Order: sequence, then C-alpha cells, then structure tokens
Amino acid sequence: MTKLAIAANGLRKSYGDQVVLDGVDLAVPEGTVFSLLGPNGAGKTTAVKILSTLVRADPGTGDIHIGGHNLATDPQAVRAAIGVTGQFSAVDGLITGEENMLLMADLHHLSRSEGRRTAAELLERFDLVEAAKKPASTYSGGMKRRLDIAMTLVGNPRIIFLDEPTTGLDPRSRHTMWQIIRELVSDGVTVFLTTQYLDEADELADRIAVLNDGRIAAHGSAAELKRLVPGGHVRLRFTDPAAYQGAARTLGDATRDDDSLALRVPNDGSQRELRSILDRLDLAGIEADELTVHTPDLDDVFFALTGSADIPSQSKEAVR
Amino acid sequence: MSSLSLAVRDSSTMLRRNLLHARRYPSLTLNLLLTPIMLLLLFVYVFGDTMSSGIGGGAPNRSAYIAYLVPGLLLMTIGSTVVGTAVSVSNDMTEGIIARFRTMAIHRPSVLVGHVVGSVLQSIMSVVLVGAVGVAIGFRSRGAGVLEWLAAFGLLVLFALAVTWIAVGMGLVSPNAEAASNNAVPLVLLPLLSSAFVPIHSMPGWFQPIAEYQPFTPAIETLRGLLLGSRIGDNGWLAVVWCVGLAVLGYFWSTSTFNRDPK
Repeated sequence: MTKLAIAANGLRKSYGDQVVLDGVDLAVPEGTVFSLLGPNGAGKTTAVKILSTLVRADPGTGDIHIGGHNLATDPQAVRAAIGVTGQFSAVDGLITGEENMLLMADLHHLSRSEGRRTAAELLERFDLVEAAKKPASTYSGGMKRRLDIAMTLVGNPRIIFLDEPTTGLDPRSRHTMWQIIRELVSDGVTVFLTTQYLDEADELADRIAVLNDGRIAAHGSAAELKRLVPGGHVRLRFTDPAAYQGAARTLGDATRDDDSLALRVPNDGSQRELRSILDRLDLAGIEADELTVHTPDLDDVFFALTGSADIPSQSKEAVR
Repeated sequence: MSSLSLAVRDSSTMLRRNLLHARRYPSLTLNLLLTPIMLLLLFVYVFGDTMSSGIGGGAPNRSAYIAYLVPGLLLMTIGSTVVGTAVSVSNDMTEGIIARFRTMAIHRPSVLVGHVVGSVLQSIMSVVLVGAVGVAIGFRSRGAGVLEWLAAFGLLVLFALAVTWIAVGMGLVSPNAEAASNNAVPLVLLPLLSSAFVPIHSMPGWFQPIAEYQPFTPAIETLRGLLLGSRIGDNGWLAVVWCVGLAVLGYFWSTSTFNRDPK
C-alpha cells in the first residue's frame, strides 16, 4: 500500500451552533492530486485551515496525520512539511514581490546566497521577473496568485494545500495555474486542491471528494463519479411546431419540452445510437434545427449529489 | 536549530520586514511625531509665560518651564508613537500573509516580537527628534553625567518596550485600524493627566491620586531627576515596576491573543 500524505478520520468542526464539518474522512496517497469539491459554504476552506494547522479541529475528531506527523501533537513538524496557498492571497502587499520571496527564504532559514538564488529562480519560473521590484499590492489577481504559489514553493514543501487557487482568475491565468499545478505533481508533490469548478477537478485530480453540508457526499476518480449518474442524452431543438410534434411521435422515448420545442432522447453518445436517432428522423423526413450531444459530466454528479436548490432542469432529469 | 536561535533568527527577519514597512511608508510615524512637537512649541511659546509664572509662583521663566516640560514630552512621544504600533499591528492582522506565517514552521511569537522591536526603535528615533527640538529651543540638562544619561536612555527604552507590548495587544484585539486607533487613545491621554505639564501638588486634591498613581508620572519624575538633578525618591523603582509589569502583562496578553485560532 502506498503511503498516505494526508490521513484524517472523523474531522469535525463547528462554530457555535453551526456545524461546518461533520465527520469527514480523508486519505490522500503521496504524489497524487486530491480535490475537495463543493459549493460555497460546504466547508472546504475550513477543512484546509484545519489540515494546515491554522485552526484546531473540534474534540471528537480522530487522528489526523500530515506527512506522517500527528497534527495535534506535533503541529510544527506538519508545518515544516506543508505549503499553503489560501483563498485570499497571502502576500505582503506593502513590500515588493522580490522582498516577499526573500522574506520566505529567510523564514525557511536558507543562506543569503541560497535564498537569492531560490527567489530568482521562482520569480523567473512564475514569470514575475519584470514585476519583482514593484510592491505586491500593485499586482493583478493572476500575478498575486502566482507570487503566492512561488512563495509557498520556497521551502520546497512535499505537500501543498491550494484553496480555490483559480477563483476570480481570468481564463488565461486559470490555465497558467493549471499548468503550474501539473508541474508540481510531476515533481512528486502531493496536492490537496479545493475548488468549486468541476472542470478543474476533472482536469487535475486523481481522486475527487464531493463535500456537501460538512459531509463527503461521494468520492472516487472523475470517471467513477460520472458513472454514478446516468444522463447522457441528445437534445433536438425545432422551430417548426409540426416538425417538433412529428419528431416526438417518431422518437417514442423522448422527453418533451413543449415551451422551447426541444426533445431529449436518452443516448450514451455512441456513434451507433446517434445514427439510429438520425435514421429514424430521416425516415420520417424531419429535420431538427439544432442537435447537441450531452454526455454526463461532473456537473451532473455535483448537482445530483449536492441537491442544490437551483439545479438546472436538465440535470434534474439526468438524475431521474 | 535550537529553539532560542530559531526565535532570534525569525524575530530579526520579522523586524526587517517591519522596518521595511516603516521605511516605505513613513507618513504614519511622522504624523504621530507632530503631536508632541506641536505640544512642546505650544506650551513653551504660547502658554509658557503663564505656566511658568503659575508654577514658579512669580515672574515668568520660560527657560525653566522648557526644562520642566521636555522630560514629560519625551515620554509622551513614546505614548503617541505606539498608537502607530497598535494601528499597524491591527492592519497587519487583516493581511493574508499572517495566515501564511501561522502555517509555517517558524517561531510564532516572532511576528509580534518583530513589531515590538521595530516599534521600540521607532520610538527611540522619535524621542531623539523631539529631544533635538527641545535642545534647539533651549533645553539643557543639569548635572547629568554619563551614568545619568545611560540610565535615562535605559528608562526610555524600557518604557517604550512596556507600552509597545500593551499597544500590540490593543492592535490584536481591534477588528480594524480605526478601532485600534481609538483603543490606543489612553496612551496619548495618560501623559496629559500626569505631571508632564504641571506638578502634581498644583492639581486639585481629588485629582492628585489619579495623576500620581499612573505609569507616566513616576517615569516622568525619574527622567526629570536623571536629567535635571531633581529628587527621584520612590519614583525610580516605581517606574521600573510599572514598566516591567506592563511589559509582562502586554507580552502574555498579546501572545495568547495571537495564539488563538483566527476566525
């Protein structure tokens, strides 16, 4: 069995009457990316705060081991093993990017020359050389986040917590961040990632746990989670009501959406099934104005598991 | 690395960070310096004649009043400089970088020690500046030798250390900079209620205990004694006890507040 970088049993935390984490078990093998997925307020950040020694878990929580160290009895050893990039950028805005890097080097007790070298390397790697002499408060959101991760990497941590690392970033910065995370993993670092974006978890994570209302609603690989939810279908849209009615008769197993003149036909997305639908329509001489193939994605899983109130209608049907 | 050398190394790193802040953004420190300098000039050049004739019970003697005033204002300078400490600590705690420090394997109190040492250095610089203004307008020490000057310097440092730890605690419990600035008001107000401007015995009877048994008065009287040769009496050890007491109280208050889980 591979060694676990993060192991938590029955993680509990409440603030007053509000239960934030209600017995969460986590097991993250070394060198993998684990994603904690959940809507706002699900408890993701609280979980990261506890695992990164920032706040204490409630009594009744089982043993938590990070990098083999017991979180409750040896938090300082845990701190030495981890790096944390929180949801809100943990940079010192009053000093420059380079000074931030050197501050980290000093706090990791690197020698002067080693610190300068590490800072320069990371600034280069994260494309911050030009901005290095400017105060961090003047950086854009994406630059701040890059500086934030660069600072986290100064101590060469083997376990990294990233709390919603791409929230609020534009698409380009988001992809840059994904690239950064992939590089970390290829170096053998364990990444604990929280996100509310399903595609992000799908893209990056080896294992995903869906956190909802302080509990793990489901966990597994992206493929395993998708298998939990049926819901592949073809959607056909018409502008001509007669064609719509005709198609509905022809394709007996379709779900009707009379308002938008659209039909939903269960389909696994395979070429054969798709051709069969098209053949039936051709035989009846009906042409759809628009055809889309919908394969179940993590969105379906997410909405199915988190039972959120504002589920789009298609996902509701997908769960049915 | 031993825990002591870790503490020293991390604290000096944090000190460098705070000095960098102070050097980059000197306006806060400079603004706080204005109050004692304005008061010094106001009390000497505007109220000076009335004050000195009132205290001396005769003809106005401005130079005597300058001598009386300067020691109190030097301590007031410390009180007003550390208001800036409370504000900057409170500001700092809202920064994400503090959360990062908490998740790093560093000597945790070093974050606060950096603030304290930086602030004491700033206080001393401010005291030197205000003292220089005092000398420029005619303040001269009387009979103070090397020993007295050293003792005076030691007292100022000790006093600065004590009120800085208290100010750090005030900054930590304040939710924002405005609240920190309000919470620190006593540090500016207390010198006004001390023997800084007029002797205790000239105050109304009911007020004398308030002025006498607060930390600024014994420190002011001791400094006066050291620089001007007036009688120090019990004030010497009273000042030291106050300083040590406040420093210890402030240290434990601040570190236990800082060790609490952030929200």
